[in-house]
Amino acid sequence: MDIMKVRANLTAVLLGLSVITAGAAPLQYLSGASDKAAPVVALTWGVLLVSVVVIFLIGLLLVAAIWRRRPAAVESTALEKEEGGQNWLWIGASLSALALLVTVVWTVKVLADIQAPSDRPAVTIEVTGRQWWWQVRYIGDGSAQGFATANEIHVPVGRPVRLRLVGGDVIHSFWVPQLAGKMDAIPGQINETWIEAAAPGTYTGQCTEYCGVEHSRMQLRVVAQSPGDFRTWWAHQLAAPGFAADRKFIQHCSGCHTVRGTEANGTLGPDLSHLMQRRTLASGAFPNDAAILASWIADPQALKPGNRMPVVALSPDDRARIVAWLRTLT
Amino acid sequence: MTGTEYQRHPTVAAETPALTERLRRLWETAPGFYGWLATVDHKKIGIRYIVTAFVFLITGGIEALVFRLQLTWSNLHLLTPEQYDQLFTMHGMTMIFLYAGPVLSGFSNYLWPLLLGSRDMALPRLNALSYWIYLFAGVVLYSGFVVGFGPDAGWFNYVPLAARAYNDGPNIDLYALGMILLGISTTVGAINFIVTFLRMRCPGMSVNRVPILVWGTLTASAANIFAIPAVSLAFLLLWMDRNLGTHFFDVGAGGSALLWQHLFWMFGHPWVYAIVLPAMGMVSDGLPVFCRRPLVGYSVVALATVATMVLGFGVWVHHMFATGLPGISLSFFSAASIVIALPSAVGVFAWLATIWTGRPVFTTPFLFFASFIILFTIGGVSGYMTGSVPVDWQLTDTYFVVAHLHYVLIGINVFPVVGAVYFWFPKFFGRMMNERLGRWNFWTMFLGFNLGFFPMHISGLLGMPRRIYTYNEGMGWDWVNLVTTAGSFLFAAGVLIFLYNVFVSLKRGAPAGNNPWDAPTLEWATSSPPPPYNFAVIPAVASRHPLWEDRLGEGERSVISSGPVLEQGREALGTTPLDAVANIILKMPGDTLVPLGLALAMTLLTIGLALVNWLVAALGVALVAAAIMIWLWPRAGLGETVEDP
Repeated sequence: MDIMKVRANLTAVLLGLSVITAGAAPLQYLSGASDKAAPVVALTWGVLLVSVVVIFLIGLLLVAAIWRRRPAAVESTALEKEEGGQNWLWIGASLSALALLVTVVWTVKVLADIQAPSDRPAVTIEVTGRQWWWQVRYIGDGSAQGFATANEIHVPVGRPVRLRLVGGDVIHSFWVPQLAGKMDAIPGQINETWIEAAAPGTYTGQCTEYCGVEHSRMQLRVVAQSPGDFRTWWAHQLAAPGFAADRKFIQHCSGCHTVRGTEANGTLGPDLSHLMQRRTLASGAFPNDAAILASWIADPQALKPGNRMPVVALSPDDRARIVAWLRTLT
Repeated sequence: MTGTEYQRHPTVAAETPALTERLRRLWETAPGFYGWLATVDHKKIGIRYIVTAFVFLITGGIEALVFRLQLTWSNLHLLTPEQYDQLFTMHGMTMIFLYAGPVLSGFSNYLWPLLLGSRDMALPRLNALSYWIYLFAGVVLYSGFVVGFGPDAGWFNYVPLAARAYNDGPNIDLYALGMILLGISTTVGAINFIVTFLRMRCPGMSVNRVPILVWGTLTASAANIFAIPAVSLAFLLLWMDRNLGTHFFDVGAGGSALLWQHLFWMFGHPWVYAIVLPAMGMVSDGLPVFCRRPLVGYSVVALATVATMVLGFGVWVHHMFATGLPGISLSFFSAASIVIALPSAVGVFAWLATIWTGRPVFTTPFLFFASFIILFTIGGVSGYMTGSVPVDWQLTDTYFVVAHLHYVLIGINVFPVVGAVYFWFPKFFGRMMNERLGRWNFWTMFLGFNLGFFPMHISGLLGMPRRIYTYNEGMGWDWVNLVTTAGSFLFAAGVLIFLYNVFVSLKRGAPAGNNPWDAPTLEWATSSPPPPYNFAVIPAVASRHPLWEDRLGEGERSVISSGPVLEQGREALGTTPLDAVANIILKMPGDTLVPLGLALAMTLLTIGLALVNWLVAALGVALVAAAIMIWLWPRAGLGETVEDP
């Protein structure tokens, strides 16, 4: 039987299940969207198939052992002798050892294959996990100036991207399953990993190390663009806003938030430069629209209880002004 | 009293009414409340362990049902995030530390002396101490939760989330010190099992004749002696960081966040094996009874038990594959984590072969033991998958791992334990459990468990992370979670049927007789329930199955109806470690309140430290010292004043 075909069929069954249930499953990893994910997807299917085969074999043997026909016992208290059955152990142990050794070799091979990208990374991004959002810093080099953003990471398609992961407070874990497996963001150390997207698109990610009350709603997004679009996006990120900073925003919000090109340069909360380019608010918790932005500013604790943004006392007029100005940060 | 009394040659005789009457007076626990507090009878302590562990199992189960409701569908908000976090932390801590380990200690406490042909455990007072500390540690661990400040950093309690900066309040301190207290209980219990194994086996029971349950508990005990210091140290350092201003885990001051994970999992992974190996032992001993033949491959299974534990000390890093460790160490730990499946596979084939070559009798214990084989296989292969590093980088911290650990802990611990209750209930209480209810019990639990927990593999593969209090719609997880919640309630109904059967059978179960299952080992040679002294005369065994020898046609015969008479006070027979040749008469302690007093003093010390109240802590230290002095004060009756003969 053709293994690839079986794999494709099984993927279809499992993904089909998710499609039936609720549309898509953006965090599934039974198929991948990058050269780094591909060998891991193959290995995952490999060990999954071994596992399913083992479960079926043992299940069959168990059922057969229980219900196989036996010659009638001489008397009801008769016992079987202690000898016999030893062959089961040797055959079973040998087959298991073979499967396990193959798995070890395959594992080490894949591990070596995905250790480092084949190409020089196009860009280095420092991602800091914070309770409960992602700080993202693009590291500049000779040709381009770096900048900060939050919760959405843009990358060029087909080029490896180096990630430097840091824990800003507690331990978080960076996971965009379509692109690569998890890597923890741990305070006091820098964990390097890399991703590479094979096709343009938006890939969902999620913090996967329990990090406190809003761990559940600490998502991120990776937006893969053509190299040209990516360069355009980078240049746009460095541009100052088209409208002067709102006075109320500076007064109430700049202690925690930065908007490049204005006096707002706080670093406790997410950088809000070009906020309207992001699809979500509060680290993937809500779609980025005006109504939610307004109610978020009115009472962030009601929408995402426990998050670190305090309720700031604002008159309705002031709040409307701030929302209106934020909506200009395209 | 003189030294020669320990080396006298006891008369060898058969049991007589006069002898049993005399022994009963010598060994019986005092009546009333005093006796209830002061008993050192391993059978009473064993039952207490089992009952207490089941209370925790039910408590942890209710916690799980509550948060399963929240996860039934996307965006449900029955619980606040804080409540959810406390519940899942308490659930994990309860099941892993307060149920899974202690319930097996309970069975082994009750069964070991009976399996080994002995009158009691080697250190009966230590046995009582270990139970009382377990109970009080459970109370300490729950004390924060009942007043609304439960630990909420997950049962493995990673720093810095569990550090003062991110988790103020007494909850983590109570968790840390409660765990140290519980560690003392487990450690003294482990010492007791090891000494009992080395000294208390009846004559003739050489190491290659002990039941597999004894191998399982012995192996787990030896492992605990090495593993528990790591976690006790970790919790002590955490308590010091939180209350004394040390910086072991404080990254800003040169500490390390990963240090916690290493210390915790150096304990945590061996602990996983410690809470399954004795349960696997119960299956290895119980299943053959219902297959009407001895276990296939006794020696191989015993060796596999030990091998699993030894390898189990070399796999802790597979909990830390995503922490950025170097590739070479990942490869090593990955290989170890995959290869550790081999001794387990040997066990599976031994049980299968035992059924295949035997004549199965379809009783309720058989159903639980046989179904364990397939549940163990499912939990085993999902563990093998997570052993492969690149695969684990996707699987880890998703519901796939939740599915895996529940197949391990419920499949390999709860199913054998419930089967073991059906199996040994007649010995414990002299009555059979109801078979008809037993069938209902089994099928409800089996179907409920698989319906509830198998879909977690799928939600895991669809990317659902652990420890989230809710999820958005559109993630593809709604229906799978609905099925999971439904299954978990069905499983809970099965547990309820079990409890109902226990209560009904206690009152109205059919009388059991000494050996209702026609089983081969020594516990079935004495009455049901056993007398306080277990065996009126000490048996001498000549094989692994003393009660089956005639039919198996083995050469020598065990001698059970007559043997050494030890009736000059509470006495037990000490034997040599490997070959079990009798070489001394041991004087055993009777009822005493000192273990209870010491446990209370230790608990007071724990509370003093948790509240950082030095006065209370100092009082605790003084009382602990006093209790230990009273305990160790030499007593003539125990031969502690005798010069070395």
